Amino acid sequence: MSMGSDMYRQQILDHYRNPRNQGELPEPTFSHEGYNPSCGDELEFDVELRDDEETIERVAFRGEGCAISQASASMLSQELPGMTLDEVAELDRDDVLDMLGVEVTPMRIKCAVLAEKVVQDGAEIYEGETDVDQTTTED
Amino acid sequence: MEHHASLVTWQQVAKKTGAEVKYIPITDEGYLDMDAAAELITDDTQLVNAVHVSNTLGTVNPVGDLADIAHDHDAFIFVDGAQAAPTRPVDVQEIDADFYAFSGHKMLGPTGIGCLYGKRHLLDAMEPYLYGGMMIKKVTYEESTWNDLPWKFEAGTPVIEQGIALAEAVDYLEDVGMENIQAHEEALTEYAYDELTAHDDVDVYGPPGDDRGAVVSFNVDGVHAHDLSSILNDYGVAIRAGDHCTQPLHDTLGVPASARASFYLYNTREEVDALVDAVDEARQLFST
Repeated sequence: MSMGSDMYRQQILDHYRNPRNQGELPEPTFSHEGYNPSCGDELEFDVELRDDEETIERVAFRGEGCAISQASASMLSQELPGMTLDEVAELDRDDVLDMLGVEVTPMRIKCAVLAEKVVQDGAEIYEGETDVDQTTTED
Repeated sequence: MEHHASLVTWQQVAKKTGAEVKYIPITDEGYLDMDAAAELITDDTQLVNAVHVSNTLGTVNPVGDLADIAHDHDAFIFVDGAQAAPTRPVDVQEIDADFYAFSGHKMLGPTGIGCLYGKRHLLDAMEPYLYGGMMIKKVTYEESTWNDLPWKFEAGTPVIEQGIALAEAVDYLEDVGMENIQAHEEALTEYAYDELTAHDDVDVYGPPGDDRGAVVSFNVDGVHAHDLSSILNDYGVAIRAGDHCTQPLHDTLGVPASARASFYLYNTREEVDALVDAVDEARQLFST
């Protein structure tokens, strides 16, 4: 079959079943959680910065939800270390879709971008640039 | 088990009027708890609202019994028939509904139109809620008088195309026969229920397969409802995933979302087989 089941290629399913960097950090610089009401996906990210206070040293996340949201979080957690918060702020939907490497149907874009939004909002809150306290994909 | 269209509306009415909204709980099998209903509906109750057929659980509610309880306490009953009017014969007088509403787009008709039935003496006693053309009888600089029913409630240029199209849809359904549609749906629904529940990893919500309207909401262990719907879509099976506009009900069920297959007069047993096969494919994809 032709497929959007392209959406469920092995790498997506692999990250869904065996999420990388799942868990908590002992001393995160900041943490933030977000929610996708359309799917019920939930994600919380811990981010630890290096001494320069702008480069990500490591991240961990936990959450539950559909395969797309959880695989996206897992894959993003591998991309983030080494990035600066400015670089994180520059990430957009296309970067996330490139990272996933599959065709995401329009109904599922919100699932795909939740992780990115959570980390971006968390970084903005840390830098005092926003007063949102919870991220949702409806904003 | 109310759809947000009802639930949110009554919440807002309560906010405006200072009324309190009470909810009739459901049993583990997905029926309204009628003992609780008898306790909750009191002489203080102004109006009882009930969905005739649940769009999530498929439960066919005893709206006639609820009407009796409501009327015993001099309360009105409003029935949401969006899933019932398209799928079975409905006699609003037998139910003794004070108000009964349904939508065009659930019964082969267009979007943007629906019907509200109300007992004549109640509608006569009610004031218009929209003003404009058609709804008046006589207008002077000082005051206006209202047209007869139903125009009193149909201000402005009506949705003409939708009205014509909905009437055609109703004629078509009546030609097919509402009893026939109901029998067809019940057979398909029971078949789908039995096929889906034959697997231990499938949870179907609501009453048994031989006692429900033509919706089957379910979850498959280990496959999120939205993943399931995306995969089924690839096999040409269109279902709905999400909360089906019943978030509080999903909270009660303890799941964020469910997959929902629904059937109408044009669906076939072969399509149920395709659904069940596609669920198998999804199950395998996620287990390997």
